[in-house]
Amino acid sequence: MRRTIAIAALATAALALTGCDLGPKQSTQNGHRGTGMDQVVLTKVAMAKDDVPAPPYDPPSTEGPRAGAAYKNVQVLGDVSEEQFTYTMAAITAWIAPEKGCNYCHNPENMASDEIYTKVVARKMLQMTRNINQNWNKHVQTTGVTCWTCHRGNAIPANYWALPAPGATGIIGNRHGQNDPIPASGYASLPNASLAMYLTGDPKADKSIRVVSETIHPTKANELSTKETESQYALMMHLSQSLGVNCTFCHNAQAFKPWNISTPKRATAWYGLRMVRNINGEYISSLKDAFPAHRKGPMGDPFKVSCATCHQGKSKPMGGYKMAKDYPALWGPPTSTPAAVPAMAPAAPAAPAAAAVSTATH
Amino acid sequence: MATYQNIFTQVQLRGEPEAGIALPPGSEPRIGKGSFNHFMGIIGHAQIGPVYLGWTGVFALIFGFFAFEIIGLNMLASVNWDPIQFVRMLPWLSLEPPAPKYGFTPFVPLAEGGWWIMAGFFLTTSILLWWVRTYSRARALGMGTHVPWAFASAIWLYLVLGFIRPLLMGSWAEAVPFGIFPHLDWTAAFSIRYGNLFYNPFHAFSIAFLYGSTLLFAMHGATILAVGRYGGEREIEQITDRGTASERAALFWRWTMGFNATMESIHRWAWWFAVLTTLTGGIGILLTGTVVDNWYLWAQEHGYASLYPDTGVIDPATLGSTGQ
Repeated sequence: MRRTIAIAALATAALALTGCDLGPKQSTQNGHRGTGMDQVVLTKVAMAKDDVPAPPYDPPSTEGPRAGAAYKNVQVLGDVSEEQFTYTMAAITAWIAPEKGCNYCHNPENMASDEIYTKVVARKMLQMTRNINQNWNKHVQTTGVTCWTCHRGNAIPANYWALPAPGATGIIGNRHGQNDPIPASGYASLPNASLAMYLTGDPKADKSIRVVSETIHPTKANELSTKETESQYALMMHLSQSLGVNCTFCHNAQAFKPWNISTPKRATAWYGLRMVRNINGEYISSLKDAFPAHRKGPMGDPFKVSCATCHQGKSKPMGGYKMAKDYPALWGPPTSTPAAVPAMAPAAPAAPAAAAVSTATH
Repeated sequence: MATYQNIFTQVQLRGEPEAGIALPPGSEPRIGKGSFNHFMGIIGHAQIGPVYLGWTGVFALIFGFFAFEIIGLNMLASVNWDPIQFVRMLPWLSLEPPAPKYGFTPFVPLAEGGWWIMAGFFLTTSILLWWVRTYSRARALGMGTHVPWAFASAIWLYLVLGFIRPLLMGSWAEAVPFGIFPHLDWTAAFSIRYGNLFYNPFHAFSIAFLYGSTLLFAMHGATILAVGRYGGEREIEQITDRGTASERAALFWRWTMGFNATMESIHRWAWWFAVLTTLTGGIGILLTGTVVDNWYLWAQEHGYASLYPDTGVIDPATLGSTGQ
């Protein structure tokens, strides 16, 4: 009898632990004491080094003749030195098409030709990269991005999304776009296509992410239902999953809304969300006609980026390694003014009285 | 090997099943003659039945069955009638209430929430009929009606969540989906939308009574088990005598915490804690979105939210740029 109980207890304990990550943890406090604003990660995850490729060879001079003069049809990188140009091309090949090589984008008979669609896409992506590195420093700061940040040796980055196909209309096979565990919604029963509701970059399509009222009592300014809140919650789960952090990385769980008790990371994330909209709206959606059908989603739109595309489970992509510093061509002078992304109007514009309450007390 | 010092129903009696007292005029007959089950005898009374169903019981079961079938078949349909997927995905599956565009109209296409309204109607009818049944059976036995009123408190919370509050908000989309994870996600989304339900004082009351209920249940259960060796479960017979289990139980609490409930009042304590859990919970839900839209701001105004140092972070939306 005692043996049976002991075995049953051991089995129960083992079962109970299957949901846990065993191993030493690393915990950091990033908020006021007593607020539970801690990040706990497995040490082996925290210490894991990302695979960052070394430059193809020692970075060459930025002096000398310009690539635009030396080669034909160089529309974006024409302003860099010829040596830098070749060096950047070698790096891009290793980052995106290491097996297919130059011919993934170029016709070897005529390198200047735009006949292969991937070259048209690559040009747009270079403009995008420069735009991010120059204009989105409130998100990428001085670290910047390279093609590798997203691509990691793949022609298509591992994490992308597209507009969802319209669901079934009856009840058969119809889960109403939710109740289906996928990573993007943190395996919850939350809406699956939340990215398509907030991050298309189309100001007419993207909903405001803010759901909490600015006022104590209900007003016409915010009539968002609980059901509609679930998609915003799913988007936040996406952020959390993409960065490998919990809510308190940015928020004080006391109240998600007030900025004056949030961490500075939340502002960084705010710019990141606008950056994602900018990328999807200005640089990816405009490639709709360039991409062949097998590079598009069920609604015929190109594969878009989310937080996961760069972050890939890290709060800083590649642990914050400053890879872009070796590639001055990816910074370049401005090639386009960043699109004026309209600041999304909050769901409920601040009423003066309520604003006073939320600031005066802190 | 240690054995239990007692199991209340250690001795299982066998004989003619007890039919119960005579029923008042107008009652229907009880169903079955009753039988015995050894395993039920281990955890309670060994006699099973006879059962009094009555018309309220019959209709409650029929309506409950309709609700159960509507919810289950909708979930099964949502996985293309695949029984394996139904079992595998069951925690995620759901019957969703109508979308916000339908407001509070009862006329919603079946596939877009109409089934939800119908399931809710049948379930509510079933629950209310079952309540009538608990009331009428309590009366038929000449009992007080404490059980039906406690049940009514739970029904209050259920109705607030699924009907009264959606009615006041004018939207079915405020109601809770039928589903295991979906109703939990609803709960979290509800708290997020209304600025943290933690700062809803009725939510706080409800939790205090809920946790209090478990504490009282543990204290009372432990006390009676501990004096079981003196026949402590025969509470009423012992209440006036010295040295009994009842007196020892009372002395134990008076010695350890200075105060003891009586054999009668402990049950009043437990009843009120249980009833107030759902009563205050329902009030808290009902006030959310109808009277208070942001509980955190409400709590600040009433000096009820802890204040943490300002982190100096400013809403970037107020800075007029998006990253340049």
